[in-house]
Amino acid sequence: MAMRLHKHKTFKTGGIHPHDNKLSSQVAITPLPLPKMVTIPIIQHIGAPAKIVVNRGDMIKTGQIIATHEGFVSSNIHASVSGRVGVIEEVMDSTGFKHMAINIRVKGDDWEESIDRSDTLIEEIKLTPKEIVSRIMEAGVVGMGGAAFPSHVKLSVPEGKHVDHLLINGVECEPYLTADHRVMLEKPKEIIVGIKILMKALGVQKAIIGIEDNKADAIEIFQQLLKNEKHIGVEALEVQYPQGGEKQLIQALLNREVPSGGLPADVGVIVHNVGTTYAVYEAVQKNKPLIERVVTVTGKSVKQPSNFLVRIGTPVIDLLIAAGGVPEDTGKIVSGGPMMGKAIADLDVPVAKGTSGILLIPKDEASRSEVYNCVHCGKCIEACPMGLEPYRLLIMSKKGNSKRAKEEHILDCIECGSCSFVCPSNRPILDYIRLGKTQLKKQKSV
Amino acid sequence: MNEVILYTVLSLTGLGILAAAIIHLVSKKFAVQEDERIDKVEEVLPATNCGGCGQPGCRAFAKAVVEAGTLEELHCPVGGNAVMKQVAAILGIEAVERDPYIAVVRCSGSFEYRKKTNIYDGESSCKIAATLYSGDTGCAYGCLGMGDCVEVCDFEAMYMDEKTGLPVIIEDKCTACNACVKECPKDILELWPKGKKNKRIYVACLNEEKGSSARKECAVACSGCAKCFESCRYDAITINNSLAAIDPEKCTLCLECVETCDVRNIITANIPDEKIKHATEHRIRLEERARKKKEEEKMAAQAGQQQNGDATTQA
Repeated sequence: MAMRLHKHKTFKTGGIHPHDNKLSSQVAITPLPLPKMVTIPIIQHIGAPAKIVVNRGDMIKTGQIIATHEGFVSSNIHASVSGRVGVIEEVMDSTGFKHMAINIRVKGDDWEESIDRSDTLIEEIKLTPKEIVSRIMEAGVVGMGGAAFPSHVKLSVPEGKHVDHLLINGVECEPYLTADHRVMLEKPKEIIVGIKILMKALGVQKAIIGIEDNKADAIEIFQQLLKNEKHIGVEALEVQYPQGGEKQLIQALLNREVPSGGLPADVGVIVHNVGTTYAVYEAVQKNKPLIERVVTVTGKSVKQPSNFLVRIGTPVIDLLIAAGGVPEDTGKIVSGGPMMGKAIADLDVPVAKGTSGILLIPKDEASRSEVYNCVHCGKCIEACPMGLEPYRLLIMSKKGNSKRAKEEHILDCIECGSCSFVCPSNRPILDYIRLGKTQLKKQKSV
Repeated sequence: MNEVILYTVLSLTGLGILAAAIIHLVSKKFAVQEDERIDKVEEVLPATNCGGCGQPGCRAFAKAVVEAGTLEELHCPVGGNAVMKQVAAILGIEAVERDPYIAVVRCSGSFEYRKKTNIYDGESSCKIAATLYSGDTGCAYGCLGMGDCVEVCDFEAMYMDEKTGLPVIIEDKCTACNACVKECPKDILELWPKGKKNKRIYVACLNEEKGSSARKECAVACSGCAKCFESCRYDAITINNSLAAIDPEKCTLCLECVETCDVRNIITANIPDEKIKHATEHRIRLEERARKKKEEEKMAAQAGQQQNGDATTQA
């Protein structure tokens, strides 16, 4: 491996360097006009689907709860618009599968009175740690980096585990995406208050914001604002994919390794995304549930790559029209980034809490190349940030040998796609690993 | 010189005899006693090692049969009753007859009826596509058409029909080994009783969505209209989640339901059209009779009421 000339930190195991293509990084966040109709899936998070508490025909206000969490690992869902509840049916969402969703026909924009919609910065944190967690739970805040894991679960550290660091993930290592970058540039003060809220909730004394050094402007802003803060630091990181993965970020910033099958809390760390931190600020200080998020609409042929503030449930087609329409040479439309995102099969798919971007890939880049035999070059092993042997996991999954695959730690795979990215034979490595993981999960549930 | 050759030959011969003696003794001492019936049973088995019986190969099946000493729970689907009879004869136990099964394709959404809504360009494998999304047509229940089932078939009993995009099962070759059933991520394939004279009927759809949305995606989806359910006189048809299903044990092959299905999704195998026609005519006659009977009863009831009415006025 070539010697690293950068002085900035990064993680050491594996990693790749795709072209970052941050086309929309200098485009300010603009609110998208209200859609005519929103479709809000009741499962937008990891965990149990929420329980629907509205009926067809009900008039609802923006910010009203329409589905409540079922069990602890679940999340509340709020109306992102005001209007009348339409059909409640199964619709295709950005995961590619059909899930129950609530349609709302938009009428006006009538917000719940308890929500503070002003822009004033509220710095004083009045709530106790317990109240903070319950407020975050009520507001339905989930991880906004993509996985959408309910935030209140992360904040409830299991007994017997001591957490000493809060890491704020401002890495945004996915090429093309700029949603987190823009939030950091436009709402830095709010994010800092959000960090303080999270620190109070967790009872930790130290927080570090990790930002890759291709976002120098964001690093500078935070360095300026945090001059007099002893407990919150900001750290520039060398650009490397997948640095935004929890485990990679912990390795990069603190040089700690999360054990196989373990959680960040096992090494005394909790990681939250900057977008989530902003949502936490809004939930706790402004009493505003998670009903809108920043979504990057981008792509090489897109007329106006943009960052939109979008209400949850807005159909993707509305975003595409606002960004200048779908270019003719579009081969694939991906929800998320080019590495971990998923092609969507239908343009009416709604924006969910975990949708960080919509990427339009031109035809010549979209299609897969011809697959050749494995030449055992070992590039996938070198690229794997989890230290796995992807080419072997592929073979095991293909043969249905899930027991062996489990022994080889297939469940540690974070599905970052680095192996498929570097494979000179274009082998569908991640596809098969994902299959192996699904088979294992199925066996478990049986 | 001669001496050297002599000693060599003698010593080698001596060593050989000694080694032979040791081997003989060891083989006696550590001989593995195996029931010789296992070999005999294995010989009559089809030797396909397909795993359809639930055992890992034919030898394992033979062992299991000999150990169990009964054929209640063990059955070789490939050999069928003929082979099982031979096995029973070897073991000197009673043969258990079982109805032969065959795999059926429970999806009729061919290209013609089920339009593609997107293009899948990932690895050509149904299993992988199923982990990614619900499929390249609107129907989340239907066949994905990449032929994982064909690939696992050891008997060349399946092929993908290029015109329809659905797998086809060759009746004579299918041994009901269950390999394709296990492989299909959408559970499209199912083992079905082969039926008397290979005659059988089944519903070729698994779409559990409501009628209108199911038909939007696939022109031949089962809408759960329950016409077949109403026509069945033997309670063999049930409707669950807007989907009809036929219970092969209750079905008498009266065929009266077949033409009630407006999309002809009740598939008939090896049954001439004439018979279906007759059955339909029979059903219509029965319905007519029932209707007439009802009308007469109604008339009679009305007449009775009128008489009663007259009686009251007279009184």
